[in-house]
Amino acid sequence: MCSLPVPREPLRRVAVTGGTHGNEMSGVYLARHWLQAPAELQRLSFSAVPVLANPAATAACRRYVDHDLNRAFTSSFLNSRPTPDDPYEVTRARELNQLLGPKASGRAFDFVLDLHNTTANMGTCLIAKSSHEVFAMHLCRHLQLQYPELSCQVFLCQRSGEESYNLDSVAKNGLALELGPQPQGVLRADIFSRMRTLVATVLDFIELFNQGTAFPAFEMEAYRPVGVMDFPRTDAGNLAGTVHPQLQDRDFQPLQPGAPIFQMFSGEDLLYDGESTVYPVFINEAAYYEKGIAFVQTEKFTFTVPAMPVLNPAPSPAS
Amino acid sequence: MTSCHIAEEPIKKVAIFGGTHGNELTGVFLVKHWLENGAEIQRTGLEVKPFITNPRAVKKCTRYIDCDLNRIFDLENLGKKMSEDLPYEVRRAQEIYHLFGPKDGEDSYDIIFDLHNTTSNMGCTLILEDSRNNFLIQMFHYIKTSLAPLPCYVYLIEHPSLKYATTRSIAKYPVGIEVGPQPQGVLRADILDQMRKMIKHALDFIHHFNEGKEFPPCAIEVYKIIEKVDYPRDENGEIAAVIHPNLQDQDWKPLHPGDPMFLTLDGKTMPLGGDCIVYPVFVNEAAYYEKKEAFAKTTKLMLNAKSIRCSVH
Repeated sequence: MCSLPVPREPLRRVAVTGGTHGNEMSGVYLARHWLQAPAELQRLSFSAVPVLANPAATAACRRYVDHDLNRAFTSSFLNSRPTPDDPYEVTRARELNQLLGPKASGRAFDFVLDLHNTTANMGTCLIAKSSHEVFAMHLCRHLQLQYPELSCQVFLCQRSGEESYNLDSVAKNGLALELGPQPQGVLRADIFSRMRTLVATVLDFIELFNQGTAFPAFEMEAYRPVGVMDFPRTDAGNLAGTVHPQLQDRDFQPLQPGAPIFQMFSGEDLLYDGESTVYPVFINEAAYYEKGIAFVQTEKFTFTVPAMPVLNPAPSPAS
Repeated sequence: MTSCHIAEEPIKKVAIFGGTHGNELTGVFLVKHWLENGAEIQRTGLEVKPFITNPRAVKKCTRYIDCDLNRIFDLENLGKKMSEDLPYEVRRAQEIYHLFGPKDGEDSYDIIFDLHNTTSNMGCTLILEDSRNNFLIQMFHYIKTSLAPLPCYVYLIEHPSLKYATTRSIAKYPVGIEVGPQPQGVLRADILDQMRKMIKHALDFIHHFNEGKEFPPCAIEVYKIIEKVDYPRDENGEIAAVIHPNLQDQDWKPLHPGDPMFLTLDGKTMPLGGDCIVYPVFVNEAAYYEKKEAFAKTTKLMLNAKSIRCSVH
């Protein structure tokens, strides 16, 4: 099992994107603030660029206008010929691909950090593609060590054989911060402040790396998806029940076979009939009702992350 | 002391509205469930009709299509000439008015329960529009007592300019039921259970009343709206400060002059001014950002109700 190439040069081109979903307010307000006052995104060896990823959805305070932007970064969407009828977000994804990519090319940004909120009780969740992303894994480890009180959980979202579709996949390295619970359209001070602090620490890590800091090998525990569970539905496709009180808010906690997962409107409990323990995440996320997902089932696993090769220190600060 | 009691007409027709805001899901799914199986909301001698008020907004899981249905049941909007050019909700309001109103009409609905959720930490809330409505004060007293020890708060929106023209206001006895916190577009089992209990106790009260039970004089604590407070905004109208962490989730708790109220994006605390203790409600409600309301200030007071008994017995 091999890892993907680690950066061999300092990371110079870094972006922080907010408002990829226009109603996830921490990133929206941070992006807007930094577009006016970018000083806090500057470091000695680089400056991160703030980007408001989905302006139209942000203006309307909706997740998206036509199509989920964070599902629009596949080569099929990015490389097909533009037509006048293209959904807003497909056109926007191509623009962002020009700005921050092109995806999988040598010209792409070195690193993109994408900011999200969830209505699920996921606390501080760090979302990366896979365990092979050595740089991202060291970054996650750094965040976990800096903020032990936050219990940052690492979720590795890419399923094998599947192409990446999310915004931060356009860059050479990427990470998403997923903070919750926060309702759509609501800006909570505590979550906003935590997001801001985490962004600063991500940029500090990149600076440490650029300055030639050594990062030794370590063991990492993470969660990867093994399936999804939809809500119980009527023949017409309407909800017939909702997440059981004993599962609600228990993201990242073990779910055993036989435990209740749904409560029907008529009162009965539906039990989990899988064969092994899973760790549900995105439990009762508002935006996933239409995707047919009541929660995502994950498995917990541990793997070794190799040491990151030390850079020669950056010769001079970026201007 | 003789307590004079009010002899009230029996209650004949009750409506339960869900989906007035299409993304407040508890009411949507309770009403949809009761439309399939209404056993739980039946009471002898009482017609109880569950009804989805804004089906297009429910289908899109959005608060409204053109305008807020819960703000337009005033004479002007209800009186507009019906046309395809009218906003969807105005046309819908007129349909609802014809089905359930007019107020005090022969065939009109006596009581309308309108089911809502809020992203604010308001718990179980009953909304009262008229401080002199003995029947509803008695009902609210009964619901609060039945729910205890689960708290149930009463929000009085009687105010010369701040009262709004609600969907339920077309009935003689309008009752707002608001349960939170719940994100828009999310259905939580615990919140569903709380709202279900509130309706059960409300219907039980009506049933006892119709059966001739006398309810002695009572008093309830209510929170009456004083004013709405907007977010501090910058020159572009964008929000420049957020609800302070000390105020977030503290609906119904006293806020003293000098207590933190907002936190600017630069980290500065903005305290409550003035010289009165207030009780904030609808703290950080998602739908109120566009209405320029960060929270509403209320004052706490006691409302009294005379004894009531159904006039038929």
